[in-house]
Amino acid sequence: MSTGIEARFALTRESFALDVAFAAPGRGICGLFGASGAGKTTVLRCIAGLERARGLCRVNGRTWQDEAGVFLPTHRRPLGYVFQEASLFPHLSVRGNLEYGWRRIPPAQRRIGFDDAVAWLGLRPLLERWPGTLSGGERQRAAIARALLTSPDLLLADEPLTGLDESSKAEILPYLDRLHDELDLPILYVTHSLDEISRIAEHLVVLREGRVLGSGPVAELMTRVDLPLSHRDDASAIVAATVASVDETYGLVELAFGGGALWVPGESQARGRPVRVRVFARDVSLTRVRPEQTSILNVLDVVVREVVHDRPGQALVRVEAGGVPLLARITAKSEARLQIGPGVACYAQIKGVALLA
Amino acid sequence: MATWESLIPVAGVTLRLAAVTTAVLLAAGTPLAWWLARRTGFAKDVIASVVALPLVLPPTVLGFYLLLLLGPWGPVGGALTALGMDSLAFTFSGIVVGSVVYSLPFVVQPLQVAFEAVGTRPLEAAATLRAGPLDRFFTVAAPLARPGFLTATVLGFAHTIGEFGVVLMVGGSIPGRTRVLSIAIFEHVEASEYGQAHVIAAGMLGFSLLVLIALHGLTRRLRGEAP
Amino acid sequence: MKARNLAVAAILALPGLLSQPGLANAAQVRVAVAANFMLPMTEKVLPAFQRQSGHAVVAIYGPTGGLYSQIVNGAPYDALLAADAERPRRLEESGLGVAGSRFTFALGEVVLWSATPGTVDAKGEVLKQGKFGHLALANPKIAPYGLAAQQTLEKLGLWERLKPKVVYGQDISQTYQLIASGNAELGFVALSQLKADRPGDAYWKPGADLHAPIEQQAILLTRAKDNAVAREFLAFLRSPQGKALIESSGYGAE
Repeated sequence: MSTGIEARFALTRESFALDVAFAAPGRGICGLFGASGAGKTTVLRCIAGLERARGLCRVNGRTWQDEAGVFLPTHRRPLGYVFQEASLFPHLSVRGNLEYGWRRIPPAQRRIGFDDAVAWLGLRPLLERWPGTLSGGERQRAAIARALLTSPDLLLADEPLTGLDESSKAEILPYLDRLHDELDLPILYVTHSLDEISRIAEHLVVLREGRVLGSGPVAELMTRVDLPLSHRDDASAIVAATVASVDETYGLVELAFGGGALWVPGESQARGRPVRVRVFARDVSLTRVRPEQTSILNVLDVVVREVVHDRPGQALVRVEAGGVPLLARITAKSEARLQIGPGVACYAQIKGVALLA
Repeated sequence: MATWESLIPVAGVTLRLAAVTTAVLLAAGTPLAWWLARRTGFAKDVIASVVALPLVLPPTVLGFYLLLLLGPWGPVGGALTALGMDSLAFTFSGIVVGSVVYSLPFVVQPLQVAFEAVGTRPLEAAATLRAGPLDRFFTVAAPLARPGFLTATVLGFAHTIGEFGVVLMVGGSIPGRTRVLSIAIFEHVEASEYGQAHVIAAGMLGFSLLVLIALHGLTRRLRGEAP
Repeated sequence: MKARNLAVAAILALPGLLSQPGLANAAQVRVAVAANFMLPMTEKVLPAFQRQSGHAVVAIYGPTGGLYSQIVNGAPYDALLAADAERPRRLEESGLGVAGSRFTFALGEVVLWSATPGTVDAKGEVLKQGKFGHLALANPKIAPYGLAAQQTLEKLGLWERLKPKVVYGQDISQTYQLIASGNAELGFVALSQLKADRPGDAYWKPGADLHAPIEQQAILLTRAKDNAVAREFLAFLRSPQGKALIESSGYGAE
């Protein structure tokens, strides 16, 4: 493809070997997910040119590195990099930091304006402060703005929220969301947090021990039973929906998607607004008969696609509602008693739905 | 016997020697320290050890070998003569060469430590912000290493002021050209002129103390600036 | 007193203060010796004295001025063999040296020499011609050999003319190195140095009328006035045998 990210790297270190190949779309947020030590940061650094691996890297049609000897040094790659610990320059003020990259690209190439970046990340009151006096969240916002101000073709983010407290994380996530809306900028987002992935990623690459386990759209990857994601305690499905209606009496919002409708607690939303919801496998139960007198609001018609026994006495069931994948965690006893198997049509009761944004 | 007037050219030579030596060492030592800070491996170990050699060699030994090197039968002296140039021995340039060699580790090592303390992260960040290697050095590494520059300058300067052995061997103690304060003190002691000797010594001690106090003050201020 | 001590102490970490422990047994006598006399001491005088008397003498070498300062500040030496007559005289006057024990043990012979053969002629004409870059001599202010060299040049009427070419070594051995390394084309050294290092080389010896004699004097120090071995050693230096040894090293004897 002429747009998008194409990457292939092989690298051997003392205790670690990397051998990856994946592709990601040329826009939107692609998550790089894996446990600590899986190689996520290494992949990011290879793409940035901070590590020199054998391989190939092409971004939106331009070759940054290939197997024929081409290797653009980092400072020639049109990228932005947000490090895990902000890494602002201590000898420059926030303004000085922001201007650092900004000054180094010719005015003609500045797609992102200085004031825009400052406004998007809410940095105006912090401009004359020194990095040492900022909180973790403030530093990270400044780091993101600094990276954006080079008008990059690709933004690389290395666990930008790891190490921040919950309120700082909550503070920054909306900014990241908005970035994605405002800018036509592909972002490669490294994290070991499934929460963050669920929240903002559209595409996902899963890594383990230096290798790619799978890559694809996030909704699909999170429900694939051959990947470790679906077997975690917080295993879940991501559903893209739109706001259909609002029930103001009971403070509920109706979200429509391919498999039907979901009611979630919420306040008035604009109709037609696209939202993303997360359905935890532990919140989904199955019935063979449509439940009538139940307190659970959300009941969907589903078809069972796969059943896996990944834990003693338990089963993980992948179902589809109108083609949209969901996960359900049930006991092996129930599975046997209800005769849940591939192809069976039944009902999914969803106890809780998290509205992500 | 020495009069105050005769002290002035001696002090002048001493200060000029210290200033020129320090300037040369900063210019040449900075890229060397930078290279040492960024590298690992055998070549770095060897070069770092060579840089540290003047710390362990007695200055008169150093001076002696320099004398041989600069002499007409030595490699440097011979080359200079072949090129039609004068020998460096007994010249101000010659004692600058000697002082540069002798004070080398006092300038390079603080710089190297300061550059190492900068670490790789700020430089990686700068690279991702489109800064090339020279740009990164001048706009990120050097400002962050500023206390190191200060230490290197003061140490190099003070060390050269106090230097005795190398200048003695290579300089020929020519008044107005290669005769420095430390040699003057030695001569006064040898000639039992203790009065003059302790005046010069006290002056040098006082000067060094002032310089060191100023260094501490400046370092504190610099550190306060970049928290 | 205190300030002077401080200055002296600060300066006494000078190069050139070497120590020759000699033999392992407890030394009876410690003698401070001017550095220029080191080779004759170690190679000839000390072994001969040891053989003859059975006593070991510990010698400490250094610049005469430095040794003198140490003595004045209480260093535990028993005798001083100086490069000049001045320091022993002062010790005698101040009472630190035993009155009447001062004598000349060697006459320094200053000669003009070059490391490049053919430069120095037997008559020293090369000085008058002045066709050289640098002429080395020991600092006249502190080294008797340098003073003698300067006196020679003055007597020949050449001092003012040659002064711009003069380079100074702080002591006679450093001066020697300036010339031996070729940096100074020629210069004034001690004959004893040449005898030890380059016995075959040509040199010019200025006549006795051209400079004051370089009298190297020895003196017994007061703290050792009852030390029989120290007295015996000084007597040995004056004995015919001692004198012969000294002369064979390139010194004159009185």
